Amino acid sequence: MDKLVIQLLNESRERIYTRWMDEMERVRDEHRLQSITDTAYEETNKELFEIIYTHIEQNVHRPTDRMTEFAEHLMKIGWRLSYITQGLQNFRRIILAVLLDANQSNEKVYSMYDEIDRWIDPIVNQLINESAKNWENTVSIQKVALQELSAPLIPVFENISVMPLIGTIDTERAKLIMENLLTGVIKHRSQVVLIDITGVPVVDTMVAHHIIQAAEAVRLVGAQCILVGIRPEIAQTIVNLGIDLGQFPTKSTLFKGMKTALEMTKRKMIEIE
Amino acid sequence: MNIQSCVEVRNEWDIVKARQSGRNIAKELGFGTVDQARITTAISELARNIYLYAGSGEVAIERVENGGKFGLKIEASDSGPGIKDIRKVMEDGFTTSGGLGAGLPGVKRLMDEFTIDSKENEGTVITSIKWLR
Repeated sequence: MDKLVIQLLNESRERIYTRWMDEMERVRDEHRLQSITDTAYEETNKELFEIIYTHIEQNVHRPTDRMTEFAEHLMKIGWRLSYITQGLQNFRRIILAVLLDANQSNEKVYSMYDEIDRWIDPIVNQLINESAKNWENTVSIQKVALQELSAPLIPVFENISVMPLIGTIDTERAKLIMENLLTGVIKHRSQVVLIDITGVPVVDTMVAHHIIQAAEAVRLVGAQCILVGIRPEIAQTIVNLGIDLGQFPTKSTLFKGMKTALEMTKRKMIEIE
Repeated sequence: MNIQSCVEVRNEWDIVKARQSGRNIAKELGFGTVDQARITTAISELARNIYLYAGSGEVAIERVENGGKFGLKIEASDSGPGIKDIRKVMEDGFTTSGGLGAGLPGVKRLMDEFTIDSKENEGTVITSIKWLR
């Protein structure tokens, strides 16, 4: 950056600071930071201001490590990135005003303007890029985590397994259900598989279709499916939709299904004395 | 006050979004759990049809009133390929996608009123109402 600009900025640091703090106070509501105490907000502002200034002192055109850490920390505790970007934008507006006050020639002002833009924009861009990358990372990790939770097959007794389904079933999950069912049935040598749909909020034709297909596939590998956890309102919508679930037994609760499954494998539950 | 929402359907998760807002509105209007399930399922079917056959479209949900009667109206519209033979899609078991073919006739049974307006290569608008009893 131009030496003159740096000098000017250093000279008027106090003035810039007061004006910048005023601006930041004004935009506080926009970033949903009303719940933070005044002192904490002021402290953070102060820190941000100092960090911005170190960029000038070190004359760098990208976020310093301290800036990146600061941004990461704020995001972790739930602040919005826009707080920092707006902080930088406010800063730009104010220093431009200060530079204009310094009575420079038009050309000089224009070149300063250009320089400041070239200084601040890369910093903002990189901060946004990094935070976007972080988000993408989180989302893809969560996607994997969700997939792991997606369709577990649990061997409960010898020859009897349970697949509890919770949440919405989309095409991808339907595929997983089918795969896990078939590999699980063969691995655990299950004769009966209970599919529990207590936690499935909506059973529409697609979900029903996938369940029917899964049950049919299970039948082909020599096991039997029992659909359990059918809530009354789901039973009514299935009837209204005209879906035929007649090919395999259905039960209202996992407990009843388990009893049937035990009977099918020639066992039963008894109370011991 | 007219409770309403409009959800754009572009991917499978938008279907979930559409039926969630449908369920919320149904709950606010005072529908029972069975009718809530019916409405949500109907929205799910209509939104899925948009996603499957038209690619994108929107599902609008609003409160309607007719002579002191209140109800919930679903309007699913798209500018997709349209429906060739409406009588045929209303038959149980008719499908072009390998599904169960219970979607549209099912929605008609789940809801109280049901109309299809479709032009080939222009799009489809399906309107359906459930009255509060």
